[in-house]
Amino acid sequence: MIEEKATVDRNEEAGTHPDPLTVSRRWLLLKIGAAFNAVVGVAVAVPVVKYLLSPVKPDEAYKSWVSLGSIESFPVGETRLSKFTNPVGRSWDGETDGVACWVRRIAEKEFQVFAINCAHLGCPVRWFPQSQLFMCPCHGGAYYADGSRASGPPERGLFTYDTKVVEGRLQINAGQMPTLANTAKLVQIQTARGGSPCNG
Amino acid sequence: MQWLKRLHNWIDSRLQLGEPIKEMALHPVPNKTASWWYVFGSAAFVLLMLQIVTGILLALVYVPSAGHAWESLNVLNHQLTLGWFLRAMHGWGSNFMVAVVLIHMAQVFLFGAYKYPRELTWILGVFLLLMTLGMAFTGQVLRFDQDAYWGLGIGASIASRVPFIGGSAVHMMLGGPIIAGATLSRFFAFHVFVIPGMLLVFACLHVWMVLKLGINEWPMPGRIVRHSTYVSEYHELTKKDGRPFVPGAVWKDAFFSAAILAAVAVCAAVFGPYGPGGQPDPTIIQTAPKPDFFFLWLYAVLSYLPPSLETPFLLIVPVLGIAGLVALPFYAGEGEKSWHRRPVAIIMLTTIAVSWGVFTHLGTFTPWSPKMNAWSGGPPVPNRYIHDASPLVRQGAIVFQSKQCRNCHSIAGAGGQRGPALDLVATRMTEDQLIRQVLQGGGNMPAYGKNLTPSEVTALVEFLETLHPVNQPPATDASRSTAMVDTKPQP
Repeated sequence: MIEEKATVDRNEEAGTHPDPLTVSRRWLLLKIGAAFNAVVGVAVAVPVVKYLLSPVKPDEAYKSWVSLGSIESFPVGETRLSKFTNPVGRSWDGETDGVACWVRRIAEKEFQVFAINCAHLGCPVRWFPQSQLFMCPCHGGAYYADGSRASGPPERGLFTYDTKVVEGRLQINAGQMPTLANTAKLVQIQTARGGSPCNG
Repeated sequence: MQWLKRLHNWIDSRLQLGEPIKEMALHPVPNKTASWWYVFGSAAFVLLMLQIVTGILLALVYVPSAGHAWESLNVLNHQLTLGWFLRAMHGWGSNFMVAVVLIHMAQVFLFGAYKYPRELTWILGVFLLLMTLGMAFTGQVLRFDQDAYWGLGIGASIASRVPFIGGSAVHMMLGGPIIAGATLSRFFAFHVFVIPGMLLVFACLHVWMVLKLGINEWPMPGRIVRHSTYVSEYHELTKKDGRPFVPGAVWKDAFFSAAILAAVAVCAAVFGPYGPGGQPDPTIIQTAPKPDFFFLWLYAVLSYLPPSLETPFLLIVPVLGIAGLVALPFYAGEGEKSWHRRPVAIIMLTTIAVSWGVFTHLGTFTPWSPKMNAWSGGPPVPNRYIHDASPLVRQGAIVFQSKQCRNCHSIAGAGGQRGPALDLVATRMTEDQLIRQVLQGGGNMPAYGKNLTPSEVTALVEFLETLHPVNQPPATDASRSTAMVDTKPQP
């Protein structure tokens, strides 16, 4: 395209400028100039792209263990709302650095901590102890007490955090908003090859 | 007045814009296009200008920081003189702009204006629509309240469904691992710099092409668009049956734009600004997030799709839709423009409009969502249902209320609409079916087997069995009575 245009312009100018060599040198200089710009452009683009992609990090880079407080604040057999401050944050985050989660204490040492975000589209689910269900206000997803899907549009159960108890305090491995991309690693159950299905 | 003319001459001899502007103003347009049907494009442009002006005025006060945005909106609403009015103008302006752009697009489609040689004008128009919607979404985010926060959550959840790069897409969208300060900052940059800049450039190119190629003539049945003849036919039409654009056609644009601006101002003054709603504290979970009006249809569609279709729908349908709109002028670049000869176009437009209307309407009252406080905040089971009831039935009515059945099932017109209304349930289901449904769930109902004691189930089903009209007996299992007869001792 550029080649073609160049020829046309040269021919037009040939009438006024008798020396075609001079003209073609100008065009060569322009081409070199354009190439120089392209090289500089790429050199500048690399840091720009790196800057733009800086929030993209592996999940582990964002996660760390956060304390939800003494395990005594979670009675056995009940599910309670808990709040923590996201471990990764900036000083101007305001209230948005807070995160809520549901803590279910199954037994003395056994905990399940569910993300507040519905597995469908991330709305905050609410716990109803009377009917032992989590319900989502957005599109009507419902989950059982153990977080498994009960009904509605979600494709899976509630997202859970890894938990551990350190010196009488409940800790969870948190740091980023749970979504299907970072928590929905589907567990493939192998097809049975005879024997007990519980062998795994 | 002499000095004014001299000033004009002085400026124009340097600026050199007088001639091209005069030429544009006086270019002939077909007489029939001086119509009230041709006013929506200019109105959309005027609304864009309104949005830019009101947007700049709001940016004088708004603080694009997650920690302070909500507060600054409240200052605008309540403490600054007429801050509320400017917020309302900007909010209502955006509503009107989306509406006018959509009407403009429908009119252009109906009049076949996308056909040769105006294909590129249409394609730019498609991108202008997408950018307008982009402005609507990012604008909703800048109104940094609960709905904005959870709307971002919905956006991130959708982004996370993209195969392979979903996780990175979420990080890019949020500017980090969670919805926080970085998220608002980047949405501010998009809403204030990136999209408006593109919108303005595209809109100017769009208008440029309309002026250069000429406004689409009024479609007449039988007047066929052909690549070989169209341009000369069009010029002949403007010569024979045309008038100068100014003032012949433009006075209607002027009237309509003024009326639209007046309508925005009246709506702003009467209905006031949008929100902000509750503060953007993610640990306050007593909220039912909802998108703004123009995304309600999507909100509704997402609740009706089967789970397995949702990700494909979210990721494929928008791409197909945009590709279809872009491809339209190439697929149908020639031929009839008149709607009298384009039944498929009419059917498509009507279908889309009706579906959009239905889904939007459903989105306004979300029948698919449980009513979170219907069991505790709504009216109790009406007296007439339990007036003459046995203690067991009354106990069942209490179970019905306290186990949140009512969040999904209405009774006497109050309660959720997620499940069927239960006023006549006994005529539809036998006792055994009711017990099974309660215990096992199914058909989108959770199983209550673990959450109810056997005596609670008995009481609940006993209560549900009474829910039938006086003159209509409850459903029974025919084989059951036969079985009962069979087991009776023979005389």
